[in-house]
Amino acid sequence: MMLHLTLTVSLAHYLVLSAILFGIGLFGVLVKKNAIAVLICIELMLNAVNINLIAFSKYVTPGDFIGQIFAIFVITVAAAEVGVGLAIIIAIYRNRLSVNLDDFDWLKW
Amino acid sequence: MVEFAMQHAWLVPLLPALSFVIIVLLTRPWQKLSALVSITGMISSCVIAALAAYGVFTNHALTEKPLVYAARWFSLGLPGAPDLQINVGVQLDPTSAMMIFMVSLVASLIQIYSVGYMEGDPGFSVFFSYLSLFASSMLLLVISSNLLQMFVAWELVGLCSYLLIGFYTHKISAREAAKKAFVTCRVADFGLLLGLLALQIVFGTLDMVELSEKVHHFEEYTTMGIMTLIAVLVFLGPIGKSGQFPLHVWLPDAMEGPTPVSALIHAATMVVAGVYLVGRTMFLFSEVPAAMELIAVTGAFTALFAATIALTQREIKRILAYSTVSQLGYMMLALGVGSLTASMFHLWTHAFFKALMFLAAGSVLHALHHKADVWEMGGLLKKMPITGGTFVVGGLAIAGIPPFAGFWSKDEILLMAYNSGHYVLFAMAALTAFMTAFYMWRLIFLAFFGDEKPENHPHESPWTMTMPLVVLAVMATIGGLVGTPWTPWDMNWANWIWFHEAHHGEPNYMIMIGSVVLAASGIFLAYQLYCVDKTKARAHALADKYRALHTLSFNKFYIDEIYLWFNHSIIDGAAKLFFMFDIYIMDGIIINGIAAVTRLFGEGARVSQTGRLQNYALVFFLGVLAVAVILAFTDPSSAGLMLGGVK
Repeated sequence: MMLHLTLTVSLAHYLVLSAILFGIGLFGVLVKKNAIAVLICIELMLNAVNINLIAFSKYVTPGDFIGQIFAIFVITVAAAEVGVGLAIIIAIYRNRLSVNLDDFDWLKW
Repeated sequence: MVEFAMQHAWLVPLLPALSFVIIVLLTRPWQKLSALVSITGMISSCVIAALAAYGVFTNHALTEKPLVYAARWFSLGLPGAPDLQINVGVQLDPTSAMMIFMVSLVASLIQIYSVGYMEGDPGFSVFFSYLSLFASSMLLLVISSNLLQMFVAWELVGLCSYLLIGFYTHKISAREAAKKAFVTCRVADFGLLLGLLALQIVFGTLDMVELSEKVHHFEEYTTMGIMTLIAVLVFLGPIGKSGQFPLHVWLPDAMEGPTPVSALIHAATMVVAGVYLVGRTMFLFSEVPAAMELIAVTGAFTALFAATIALTQREIKRILAYSTVSQLGYMMLALGVGSLTASMFHLWTHAFFKALMFLAAGSVLHALHHKADVWEMGGLLKKMPITGGTFVVGGLAIAGIPPFAGFWSKDEILLMAYNSGHYVLFAMAALTAFMTAFYMWRLIFLAFFGDEKPENHPHESPWTMTMPLVVLAVMATIGGLVGTPWTPWDMNWANWIWFHEAHHGEPNYMIMIGSVVLAASGIFLAYQLYCVDKTKARAHALADKYRALHTLSFNKFYIDEIYLWFNHSIIDGAAKLFFMFDIYIMDGIIINGIAAVTRLFGEGARVSQTGRLQNYALVFFLGVLAVAVILAFTDPSSAGLMLGGVK
């Protein structure tokens, strides 16, 4: 018995992948205690979005490269954002000697 | 001149008001100047009033159709109801012309008297300012064409009464008396206001001329029941202001004020405002027979009641005060039996002889340094001939001895009571006439005749005080001659001031002679008890024999004590109840309860403010999820648009 696994990779697969990656990233942002881990998860979300953009660009409008170019923008912005985010975390660490997000509750009532 | 006065009759209340303003703002530091300003204003007002009165009393058309000068005061557009329009103006007819003349004349004389009486008082200028304000308000009341305007003036005279009764602010009794007067009248004015409101609602107008026409066929507007209610409510005002039983209690205490005040306000003018109001609104009362009965009975009872109290009083002004209450009862009785003529006539004569007697009493008080008990006076006629002589004239007038003024007016009232079939009320009035003569001549014999007391050093008063006495005495003598049955018709009172009455009444000689006999016997009895008997032993023996009645009368039948008990137990009790309600229920349960509930919600909501970033991010995500789910089920196409930009 032969299983005919004629699987062609289509748009849907990429979208599902992107969604799953986004979900994992989102989960990490909401749950992780370490601030650096949260930054990493944010990167994960951004990359998931990149996959999404490129997939749409390839399958829906193959001639134009709009999605790819957009993705490059996103990468750039992500890089800048990480720089700023790390600077903030270092500043907080210098002041409070901790990167545990659970400790940052000064805006509590 | 006369035309000018009639067309500008609004000057009559305005001039004293102007002098009030001038004194208050400018001339307060200079006493004599303030008095000059005040007297000038008052006399000019009197001159204009006299000219206007002359104009009215030579023009017979005005009896039927009064001369009204009115202007719109304000009008309110009301949604779903006819527009409310209130006019103000002056109404000149014989009654109002007579009143403005009398009020301004008496006020002028009393202001001149006050120059002598209030000499040396630190509040001299203020006193004259209050007198001017009062005169202005009273004249405004009398000349009003609109009931609302009259009500405003009514309240103003009440205010002036309060200010003037409580003029001696250092005396607690004066302050209390002023409050008593104001609060008692307030109870009455509440009824008056309700009555006026009802009139406006039912008939749509408060202008007296319009209202009289509408009320004449009131069946088109409302029922007899409502009319009775309105009439009774409106009558409540005069019960308070004119000192009818049971709201007479403020008038004797009002004697705490300076004597010119007692003469002006509580004898000649303000207290007659109630009688005047009923007289002006006769078109209303005459349609409601039950109300007329009420007025007549109230008047007769008040007359008798006050006279019985006056029999035993000791202070000179208090006797005169109860006498005023009694005479006001006479005026109300006259109105109640349907005779505007007799009532206004008695108002006119009473103003003169009562003001005269009050001013003379003031002269006595001034001479004896405010010793007021008549038992401590005696033989004053020798040292104070003008005061004593004029007081005797007043006494003759009030007792009802012809040809003095009081005889003609009192006789008219007795005649009208008899002719209208109210025999019981007639008997009450006749008995009161006897008592009036008695208690007034008791006063005269005790104070002016007999032996002088060695501790008194009386002297006659200055001309500023005796001149008004003489003028008033002349008026008390001849003032009644305008209303005798033998006066020529075009000068006769009954020809000019009347309402629905027969113009020609034959003189009833029985009643005339009877009233003279009653008056003379009252005077004779007083003579026997208080003049012939040097030690007054018979008077005291009589008092001892009827000690219970004497005490009852002397203590004013304990009405004040009853009211005090009522206030303390019932009203203060109710006040405590409401206080408890306010503290425990309103504050405790409702106000603090709402606060507690709000705090509870707050404490619940504050839990979500953790200060932690990730918690907030979770909330964002859950929010977006919720929106997406809801939109997916209700509106998928726009969900795609809103959340993802998918067309």
